[in-house]
Amino acid sequence: MKFQIEDVTVYFPYDHIYPEQYSYMIELKRALDAKGHCLLEMPTGTGKTIALLSLITSYSLSKPQSPIKLIYCTRTVHEMEKTLAELKLLHNYQIKHLGPQARILAIGLSSRKNLCVNPTVLAAENRDSVDAGCRKLTASWVRAMAAENPNVPTCQFFENYEKAASAAVLPPGVYTLQDLRAFGKEKGWCPYFLARHMVQFANVVVYSYQYLLDPKVAGIISKEMQKESVVIFDEAHNIDNVCIEALSVSVRRQTLEGATRNLNRISHEIDRFKATDASRLRAEYNRLVEGLALRGNLPITDNWLSNPALPDDILKEAVPGNIRRAEHFLHVLRRLVQYLRGRLETENVEKESPVGFVASISSHAGIDQKALKFCYDRLHSLMLTLEITDTDEFLHIQTICDFATLVGTYGRGFSIIIEPFDERMPHIPDPVLQLSCHDASLAIKPVFDRFQSVVITSGTLSPIDLYPRLLNFHPVVSRSFTMSLTRDCICPMVLTRGSDQLPVSTKFDMRSDPGVVRNYGKLLLEMVSVVPDGIVCFFVSYSYMDGIINTWNDTGILKEIMQHKLVFIETQDVVETTLALDNYRRACDCGRGAVFFSVARGKVAEGIDFDRHYGRLVIMFGVPFQYTLSKILMARLEYLRDTFQIKEGDFLTFDALRQAAQCVGRVIRSKADYGMMIFADKRYSRHDKRSKLPSWILSHLRDANLNLSTDMALHIAREFLRKMAQPYDKTGGGDRKTLLSQEDLEKMGDGTMHEMEY
Amino acid sequence: MASRHVTKRAKYKTTIKDPGTPGTLRLTLEKILFVPHNPKSAGKLDVEFRFIKGQKHTKEGSNKPPWLNLTNNQNGSFIFEFENYSDLQYCRDFVGKVLAKSGEVSEKPTVTYPDEQLSAAEMELRIKLLQEDSELQKLHKQFVLSDVLTEAEFWATRKKLLDTEANKKTKQRLGFKSAMISDIRPSTDGRTNKVTFNLTPEIILQIFAEKPAVHRAFLSYVPNKMSEKVFWTKYFRAEYLHSTKNSIAAAAEAAEDEELAVFLKLDDILASEARWKIRRVDPTLDMEADEGDDYTHLPDHGIFRDGSKDMTESQNELYRRTLSQDINRHAAVVLEGRAVDVDLDDTRAVAEALAWSKQESSTKRESDGDTNQERLARVSRMTEIEDLQGPNNLPSAPLCIKDPRDYFDSQQANALRTSGDALGRTEQIKCSLSTQEVYGSLRQSISVIKAMGLKDPIVKPEVAHQVFDALTNSISTTKYHIGKNPHESVLDRLPKKTKDELLHHWTSILELLKHFWASYPITTSYLYTKVNRLKDAISNIYPQLEEIKGSVPSELRHQVSLLVHPMLQALDAAIQHYEADMQKRSTGSVDKPNGYV
Repeated sequence: MKFQIEDVTVYFPYDHIYPEQYSYMIELKRALDAKGHCLLEMPTGTGKTIALLSLITSYSLSKPQSPIKLIYCTRTVHEMEKTLAELKLLHNYQIKHLGPQARILAIGLSSRKNLCVNPTVLAAENRDSVDAGCRKLTASWVRAMAAENPNVPTCQFFENYEKAASAAVLPPGVYTLQDLRAFGKEKGWCPYFLARHMVQFANVVVYSYQYLLDPKVAGIISKEMQKESVVIFDEAHNIDNVCIEALSVSVRRQTLEGATRNLNRISHEIDRFKATDASRLRAEYNRLVEGLALRGNLPITDNWLSNPALPDDILKEAVPGNIRRAEHFLHVLRRLVQYLRGRLETENVEKESPVGFVASISSHAGIDQKALKFCYDRLHSLMLTLEITDTDEFLHIQTICDFATLVGTYGRGFSIIIEPFDERMPHIPDPVLQLSCHDASLAIKPVFDRFQSVVITSGTLSPIDLYPRLLNFHPVVSRSFTMSLTRDCICPMVLTRGSDQLPVSTKFDMRSDPGVVRNYGKLLLEMVSVVPDGIVCFFVSYSYMDGIINTWNDTGILKEIMQHKLVFIETQDVVETTLALDNYRRACDCGRGAVFFSVARGKVAEGIDFDRHYGRLVIMFGVPFQYTLSKILMARLEYLRDTFQIKEGDFLTFDALRQAAQCVGRVIRSKADYGMMIFADKRYSRHDKRSKLPSWILSHLRDANLNLSTDMALHIAREFLRKMAQPYDKTGGGDRKTLLSQEDLEKMGDGTMHEMEY
Repeated sequence: MASRHVTKRAKYKTTIKDPGTPGTLRLTLEKILFVPHNPKSAGKLDVEFRFIKGQKHTKEGSNKPPWLNLTNNQNGSFIFEFENYSDLQYCRDFVGKVLAKSGEVSEKPTVTYPDEQLSAAEMELRIKLLQEDSELQKLHKQFVLSDVLTEAEFWATRKKLLDTEANKKTKQRLGFKSAMISDIRPSTDGRTNKVTFNLTPEIILQIFAEKPAVHRAFLSYVPNKMSEKVFWTKYFRAEYLHSTKNSIAAAAEAAEDEELAVFLKLDDILASEARWKIRRVDPTLDMEADEGDDYTHLPDHGIFRDGSKDMTESQNELYRRTLSQDINRHAAVVLEGRAVDVDLDDTRAVAEALAWSKQESSTKRESDGDTNQERLARVSRMTEIEDLQGPNNLPSAPLCIKDPRDYFDSQQANALRTSGDALGRTEQIKCSLSTQEVYGSLRQSISVIKAMGLKDPIVKPEVAHQVFDALTNSISTTKYHIGKNPHESVLDRLPKKTKDELLHHWTSILELLKHFWASYPITTSYLYTKVNRLKDAISNIYPQLEEIKGSVPSELRHQVSLLVHPMLQALDAAIQHYEADMQKRSTGSVDKPNGYV
C-alpha cells in the first residue's frame, strides 16, 4: 500500500498497517525533518523494522535532490540478515510500483570471516586467523613481492578485484552476506573489499553496532560516512553496555606472557631489518619526526584495527621523541609489561583512577602520559614497517598498547580494577587488570556529533527518560508506543509459588534450595504437557542453568519432560548453540515440539526470535540481576550515582527487568501471533520490580495473574491457549481498528490522525 | 508340533440334531479324514484344511456333549461328537495349531460374494489390512467367520481403510525413544560389586546414532580386535568415568588404555559434522557468523569479569563432555529419526546398516544444491508479517491420530480439570426442541447462508468452544477416573488380560451396535435377517461380560463394573429398541410409509 505522510509518499509492502506503525512513522518523520536525534520505544512484534525501513527509504525517494543515506546498525549478524530480508521485500515492492527510479543499493557488511570466498583463507578456524590469512595474501608488500616473484601466493579474488579497478561495482539491489559472496564468486572479485568499497556509495548500509561505536573498527570502516545520514540503532536497549565494552580492556597473565613473546619476535625482526634493510627503519624514524604516526592513506588491505581511542581524542601531532626509535619503543613496552606484571601480583582487590595509574607508571616505569597515549599508533607504524602479516599472533601486544593508549587518553569516566581471583572461585588464582569504562556517552558521542539523525529504538526502552541521561544526548522526539491488540494475544503471569505453595525465587539464599529447583522443574513439566510447539526457558546464568539441569536429570524430571518435548540447551560454544537452535526450529516445524533452555544475558537472548510456534511460552526462571558483587559493576554504579544521581538499586532493577522483558518479548511477531510469559520468581510480584517492565507487558498483566502458584498458572495457560485457538476478526472491528487499510488511512487524513495516538 | 496327525473315534454330524455317524476321525496337517465304521453309511469325509476357516467347540461342564464344529468357507460346518472331553481338547488343539499355521491362508477372505466382485488387488489390500491390525483381525474373525456379519457388511463400514488413495500415505515411521541413553541404568545383584547392563539392539542403535565415534570404533574393533562383550564393557567403563565428572581420572585412564580413550574423547566425527551443518544453518539464527564479526570482544577486550560470563575450567578440555552436549546431541538424533530400517537382531548388522545409510546421506549432501534456495525462500517467508498480508497458503499436513484411545486418554486429564466449571453449563445445553422449531431454525440458517454466503468462522467461536467443552467433558465422564496421576487411566490398573478383554468387548460391541443401528429402519428382508443375527450376537455378549466381572479380584470389581456398565446400557438400548420394533411389527401397524416390509 502507499499513503501520504505530510509531504512524503510512503511505500509500504503490505496491504495493511498497524496503527502504531503508522504513528511510529509520523514521529520518525518529524525527527528526520528536524534533523535531530530520536528515541522510540515500540513493543516487539509490531513491525518496527519494516516501518523504519519503509519510511526512511520513502523519505529519501521523495527528496531526490538531497538523498540521505541510511546506516542501520544491528547487534548481531543474524539480525542483519533479517533486516536485509525485510529490506529486500520492501525494495521489490517499491520497484514494482515506482519502477527503476526506486532502485537503491543496500549492502550488509561483516568481517572477512563472513565474507571471504577464498577457500584457503576460509579454512582457518577463527576470525583473527582469517584476517591474518587474508593479510598474508593481500598486504601491499606481499603483492609487491609477488609482482617480482610469481611463487609468492596471492589471493586471486583480490587481484581480480584490483584489476577491475573502478569497474568493480555492485549493481543496485539488496545484498545479504550470502548474496555478496555469491556475487563475488560469480565475478571472481573479493566480496569483502568490494563491500568495503561500496559502503561509500550505498544508499543503505546494514552492519553491526561496533562498526560505529567501537573506535577500533569504526576508524577503518566508518570514517567516510557523510553527515547526511540517518543512523539507526535497532534493539538498542543494551546500547549503553556496548558503548562501555567498546572502551574497556583487560589484561591477564596470558596477555602479558603473549606480549612478551610478541616483543621478542619484534626485537628479532628489528635486528633482521637492521642487518638487511636498515633504511626502512630510518625512513620510519624520519616520518615520525616529521609528524604523524601513520602515513595518510594506507592501501585498503594494510589496514589493521584502528586506534582504540575516539577520533576527537587522538592527538594529531608528532610522536614524542623517546619512542620514535624502534628499539626505544620496544624498551618502553618491555618496561610497561614488566610494570603491569608487577601490578598483577597483588593479593587484594585494587581500584584506581586512570590519573593515579598513569602517575604510578610514570614514577615506577618512567613512561610519561604522552608516550602512553601514542603507544597504539607507534606499534601500528612499527608493524607496518616490519611488514608483519600474521597479525593474529600479535593480538596480545596490541591489547597492551590499546590499554596504554586508553589509559593515557582518558582521565575520567574510567577506573582500573585489579582482582587477584574471581570472587566465585577464590581457590583459582587468575589475576586480571581491567580498564573499565563507566560512561556510555563517551563512545557514542562522535556518532551523535557526526550524523544528522540518530534513531535509537527497541521494544524495551523503559524508563525512556533514562537513556538520554546515560548516553548524554538530547532527542527531538522521545516516544513510547503501546500496542493496539485485536485480542489479548499475550498473557504475562507472575508465578510466585510452586506446586507445593512454597515461594520460588532465584534469590541468593534460595536458589540452591532443592525445593525451589523441584518446583521450577514441576512447573516446566506441567507446562510441556499443556503448551503446544515451542517453549523457551531463560535462566539467570550458565552456572545456574547447568546446576538446575543436572539436578533435574538426577531426579528424573528431565526424563519426564523429554516424554513430551525434545530438549535443546544453549551452551557457551556458539557452534553447538547455533545447531541446537536450528534443530529446535525444525522440531517446532515438524510438530514434535521442543523446549529451549537459554540464559538471560546470553547470546540467544540477545537476538534470536521465538515468534509464532517457535515460542508459545517463555518462562523466565528468576530475576536476571547482574552479579552484584562484581567490582566493575560496583564501580559503574558508583559512577552513575555520582554523575547522574541514579540510585544503585534502581539501576540494578532497571537493568534486570530490561533483560527479563527482552527475553519474554521475543515471543510475539505480529498480532496474529500469541504467546504466554511466565515470570517465575516471587520478587516479580513486588511493585518496585514489576513497575519497571515496559508498559505493553504491564497493561496485559492482570491483577489476578500477579501471585500465582503452579496449578493456577496451568489453569490460566489452558484457558488462554483454548481462547487463542478460536478464529477472530483480524481487523479488530468497531471503532478501534487494529489493522488499517489504505482507505482507512486516506479517510483519516491529517485531522483525525492525532486521535489515533494513544 | 508334537505329532503330525491325530486319530480319534468320533461321530460325524451334518447338523446338530443329526444323531451322527460313528467312525474314525483322522486329522493330518493337510486334511480332515472321516471314515465311518460302517463302510456303507454315507458320512465319508475328505476335506482339505485350507477350506476350514475356524472351529467352535462345546465347553466342559456345560450340559452339551463334547462337540467340535469346524466351519468351512462356504459357511457349511462339520460337527464331530467325541467320546470324551480329553479327545475333544486334543483335536481342538491340533486344529488350532494347523489353523494358526496356515493362519493367513485361512483368514483370507477367499470367498467371493455374488453381490461383490473383488479384484485380486482389493483382496490383497484387505488381507494386508487384517494382517497389520490385530484388533481388526480379531473382529473380523469374531464376526465374519462366525457369520454374524457378512464380508461385505464388515468392510462396508471401513470404506476409508479400503480407500487406496488414503493408503498410499506414508506410514508413520518408528523413531528413537525420547529417553536418553544415559538413562540406561545397570542392575546389581546386590551381593558383589558387579553391575549388569542390559543392551538391546534398539539401545545399541541409539548409541551408535548418538555417538558416531563409538560406531566407528565398533566397526573397526569388533570382532577382530576384541569381542563384542569386551567392547561394551569398555564403553560402560568410559561412561562410568564420565559420570563421575572427574576429568582428571578420565584423562589418566585414557592415557593408559587407548581404546578406552576413544570413548572418552570428544567425538571428532561430531565436530566435523557440526562444521558442515553450520554452513547450511538458517542465516537468521547463525550466531557463529556473529562471533566472526565481533571485534569488541577481541581476546582481552571488552569487560572481562563483570559477572555476566561464567568461568569454566579449561584443563582436560579433551575429556570434558557436558550433560548439555549430550542432551543436545540426543535431541538432534531423535529429531533426525531413524535412518535404518532393519530387523534389530545382530549388532554387527545394525552397525553396518547405519554406516551404509550415513554414506548415502553424505553423498546426497554433496549433490543437493537447491537446499540453499529453499533456505532463502524460507527466510523471506519468515520475514513477512502474516496478518498484514493476505493469507499465505502454507502446506498443511492432515492430522493423523493413530490411536484414538491414546489421544482421548490424554485429553481426559485436561477435561477433568476443566469439568468443574463446565458441568453447570452442560445441563443448560440439554434442552428439547420440537420438530417445528428445529425445522424453522434450519430453514433460517440456510436462508442466511444463501443471502450472505458462508461466514469466515462458520461456527461462532463461543458455540464451538461450548461444544468442545461439553465433548471433552463427556469423554472424561464415560471413563471413571481415579488415581493421582492424571496420565494413568483406570484401565492401566487392571490386569492385562482383563484390560484386553474389556477393550476387545468394547470394540466388538461398537462394531455390532454400529451395524445394528445402521439397519434401522428395517426396509428390506435382508436387513430383517441381519438385525436378527445381530440381536443374537448381542445377547451372547451379556454372559461374557458377566464372566469378566466375575473373573477380577474383588477390589477391582467395582471399577470393572463401572466400566462394563455403559456397555450394558448400550446393549440394553439396542435390545429394547429391537423388542419395541418387533412388537410394533407384530401388532401390524396400519401405516407403512415407505416400502416398509
